Amino acid sequence: MPSKPVGTLYRGHEGMWSWVAHRITGVGIFFFLLVHVLDTALVRVSPEAYNEVIGTYKNPIVGLMEVGLVGAILFHAFNGIRLILVDFWAKGPRNQRKLMIGVGVVWIVLFVPFVIRHLMHVFGGE
Amino acid sequence: MSEIAAPRSSTRSRSLKGGGRNRSGQTNFELYSWLFMRLSGLALVVLVLGHLFVNLMLGGGITALDFAFVAGKWANPLWQVWDLLMLWLAMLHGTNGMRTIINDYAEKDQTRFWLKSLLITASIVIVVLGTLVIFTFDPCLDPSSTLSVCK
Repeated sequence: MPSKPVGTLYRGHEGMWSWVAHRITGVGIFFFLLVHVLDTALVRVSPEAYNEVIGTYKNPIVGLMEVGLVGAILFHAFNGIRLILVDFWAKGPRNQRKLMIGVGVVWIVLFVPFVIRHLMHVFGGE
Repeated sequence: MSEIAAPRSSTRSRSLKGGGRNRSGQTNFELYSWLFMRLSGLALVVLVLGHLFVNLMLGGGITALDFAFVAGKWANPLWQVWDLLMLWLAMLHGTNGMRTIINDYAEKDQTRFWLKSLLITASIVIVVLGTLVIFTFDPCLDPSSTLSVCK
């Protein structure tokens, strides 16, 4: 058996790309989660320490990163539901393309209002 | 039937050895792990999207987040249970996902061992820390707290 994979480059269609995106968003969310538990743990240190660090989340650059984080979470959540339907719903595999479109539609419907309201908070201060 | 190794996982079968084997000499660990990802994933959709909606969409959103906001939330046992469940399920789900990725891309046994050791250590630290924070939180650390327990 070769030690390095040879000729395994697979150029799939939307199924492969959703798999890649599911991995990348999953890893990103995991590392954010580690940081988020640590910053929340500051409530055990002092109100000042917590407020100071959570204050950085309110700055416009971090505010834009939160848009990316929520976009990643929404994709991972609804693509995950698509995976469950493909695995457990008898008609799932046959309708996989429609399910993929459904993920995109739900993602846009939830993400666009989120972005508008969140950016109003971040940039409008309200 | 001859067995065909999946790409990038030529040594995968070794990691399946362990206690409680079935007839083919493998455990059902990977089956339970696969099932857990789906069940915890469903619960996390509700827990995480609810968390995001309440913290970022209602009221002042991100601008309203501070110590007093956390104190107000954790004064309600529902949010304590919510956050505890979310912490445990998200960490188990994320750790198991990272384990899968390490298994897929780290080819050497030693590399896999060290990456997984690091992963599991970090996960245990975060889960224990987060759990302690939820259960030992003291809202009265804030002298200007308006919560009735602090008066």
